[in-house]
Amino acid sequence: MKKILEAKNINKTYPGVTALDNVNFNIYEAKVNVLVGENGAGKSTLMKILSGVEKQTSGELFLNDKILKINSTKDAEQNSIGIIHQELNFFPNLSVHENIFIAHEILNAQKTINTKKQINLTKELMLRLKQDINPESLLESLRIGQQQIVEIAKALQKKTQILIMDEPSSALSKNEVLVLFDVIKELTNQGVTIIYISHKLEEIMQIGDVITVLRDSKFICEEKISKIDIPWITEQMVGKRSFESVNVAKSNIGNKILEAKSLYLKKSKSEEYLLDDISFDSKSGEILSFYGLMGSGRTELLEIIMGLNKDFDGSIYLENNKLKQTSISKRISNGIVLVPEDRQGQGLVQCLSVLSNTLLSKISKKISDFFLKSNQEKKAVNNAIDYLGIKVSNFDNLITSLSGGNQQKVVIAKALETNPKLLMLDEPTRGVDIGAKQEIFYIMKKLADKGLSIIFVSSEIKEVLAVADRVLVLAKGKITKELIGSELTEDSLVKYSQG
Amino acid sequence: MKGMTIRAALFKLRAFIALIFIFSFFAFTADAFLSSTNLIILTKHVAINAILAIGMTFVILTAGIDLSVGSIVGLCGMISGLLIDKGLVLEFFNMVIYFEVWVIVIISVAIGFIFGCINGVIITRFSVAPFIATLGMLYVARGFALLINDGATFPNLIGKEELNNTGFPVIGSGTFLSLPYTIWVMFVLAIVAVFLTTKTKFGRHMYAIGGNTKAANLSGVNVNGVTLLTYGLSGFCAGVVGVIVTSQLISSHPATGTTWELNAIAAVVLGGTSLMGGRGSVGGTIIGAFVIGVLSNGMILEGVSSFWQRVIMGTIIVLAVMIDQLQTKFIEKDN
Repeated sequence: MKKILEAKNINKTYPGVTALDNVNFNIYEAKVNVLVGENGAGKSTLMKILSGVEKQTSGELFLNDKILKINSTKDAEQNSIGIIHQELNFFPNLSVHENIFIAHEILNAQKTINTKKQINLTKELMLRLKQDINPESLLESLRIGQQQIVEIAKALQKKTQILIMDEPSSALSKNEVLVLFDVIKELTNQGVTIIYISHKLEEIMQIGDVITVLRDSKFICEEKISKIDIPWITEQMVGKRSFESVNVAKSNIGNKILEAKSLYLKKSKSEEYLLDDISFDSKSGEILSFYGLMGSGRTELLEIIMGLNKDFDGSIYLENNKLKQTSISKRISNGIVLVPEDRQGQGLVQCLSVLSNTLLSKISKKISDFFLKSNQEKKAVNNAIDYLGIKVSNFDNLITSLSGGNQQKVVIAKALETNPKLLMLDEPTRGVDIGAKQEIFYIMKKLADKGLSIIFVSSEIKEVLAVADRVLVLAKGKITKELIGSELTEDSLVKYSQG
Repeated sequence: MKGMTIRAALFKLRAFIALIFIFSFFAFTADAFLSSTNLIILTKHVAINAILAIGMTFVILTAGIDLSVGSIVGLCGMISGLLIDKGLVLEFFNMVIYFEVWVIVIISVAIGFIFGCINGVIITRFSVAPFIATLGMLYVARGFALLINDGATFPNLIGKEELNNTGFPVIGSGTFLSLPYTIWVMFVLAIVAVFLTTKTKFGRHMYAIGGNTKAANLSGVNVNGVTLLTYGLSGFCAGVVGVIVTSQLISSHPATGTTWELNAIAAVVLGGTSLMGGRGSVGGTIIGAFVIGVLSNGMILEGVSSFWQRVIMGTIIVLAVMIDQLQTKFIEKDN
């Protein structure tokens, strides 16, 4: 095996955070080089450096044993390095060939676009990928798998020799994954080098040649796929360190709070199910966790319970009363509240103060509450700040002046102000430092001890193991396993999440 | 202004500082400017724009826009005129009803509110972009204003003793503590609006919707209801202006209010309210309306040609927004 690209002793620090700590990464020519690690392990940062989006703080890159300086995405492109992002960046309103040649249009002598040549070149690319996609179809009319093929074609058109694929299979159906693997094999046969990032370990075993594991911003190991198995990968990825466990005492677990019966949710414009016959219940005083990979239906499930998504089949009961299809404010006054996954997009109002954000959800039916009572408000916010340990000098400051962890605590405080019976947290520790993570776990335990029912969604195994009393594993919209007590292990979580 | 840098404080007060600067400039250079007659005329003019701009502020705080207020002014004015001049004609019962003046005022303003609410329904229930929905209403309301008297005006709206509907002109010409009612109306509406935006749940929800609609929705804010009501209130303000202007002129013209929506938007923007929503204040809007009013009054007294007046006004509006952008950058830096 010949090394084509090598990253040596790469460090990347952001103010207050080390994203990469002396990382080495070898990339072999015409092979599928797999990179794995948990969320926050440093995979994305490393890829950003290779593709020129970010620059390393120290360390060197070598291309064919020569030092390589990448200062911009253009540099990366000129050195034949291309990337396909997890979220595809395309123009749905333009055709396949227009997408492929965007900003690199082929021109006639009269400086107009040579559509005919673009179409012919696109046909050649599709022939090379052995895919039957009409160059003149609009992107929005293609299936996601085909859209991804177009992205690959776009990279090839730029003479890419090293192609980075960031979780390319996360949105694909089983058949589409098979097609993708055929394309990848075809490309490596033609001499293209692939860097493949994925959480799906079975796929990695199937498609990969070499695996590199990152953990906590550090390089852990490199091995040939032929010499290893899935448990080995899990062990390398997760390591021995773990969070302090905060499991609640069994005796506190009480009545049934929420019960979901046979929930189904169809993907729009398709026959596939995002949620497929989901039934479960949650109890007061219990932290119930949903574990699953991206696209397993976790977020959709919480949205249905919250009333955000109304196009589902099945029924939901809160304390044995069937919930009607009503507004979110009704759900909140029923006692259900969600701390959403996307803190900036759905959790906070950036232009408002800490105080206004904290009290935004407070629901009341009294007419007199139309007027804000600043003394009561100040008292309530001070209580919340004390209870959750929010670090803020003045609650009239803008919410954006707080750190990520403290912003997240404000979102939790907002949820608690509604006096919920059921608190749902969707990836509450995303973008939060380790210390604040542990604090959020303690808050969850404190709330569960007070009798709240908590539903916790996470894609990080260690968090789930540290916090959950009971875990429901989701894969492709189905509950594949319920795990309690001694059944709760890293291996079982990984195994059942693969579907 | 605790804990705020001097630079940030200066930026926050920039519209007010600009107003003092412009005011002092004309006070020193134009002789008639400081006379009480001129100041009252000036404020009376400002009041018309400021009342429209108060309603516009609500709408813009939720990241919307209301292009229809000028037309609604015209429509509500024509309705006042119709009810005084011809009364409510019920052909089916072969009856004509003449109302007292206070009833006419309530009906006219209510129609402004209803037309605003129609905007709100179209925007919230049918997901039509605010720009488009209110652009449509701009034409529709103007069309109705013209239809009411076939394009003609209602002159001499003094009412008749025997119909018990006299006294309409008092609204526009009467005074209290030697200030015209028009100015008092502006003050009262401004105080109510400041209270509404800063001291009520409704106000905070407007800011939340403009700042992040998704987060507001997920927090249980009644996004559609609050948004609808802001358009209703904007229409209400337009109705008030329609009545006042008609009373001031003692006649109603179907073309009254043409392009006034743009003056209102200019006042809001000059006052530091962001067209992206979520940032701004009613106080700023009032100052913005005064900046426009003082500037045009002063320029007239100085004998600046009306063509140049427009050039200067436009330049100042754009400059204000450029400074606003700088402020956003500085806030980011200070953090």
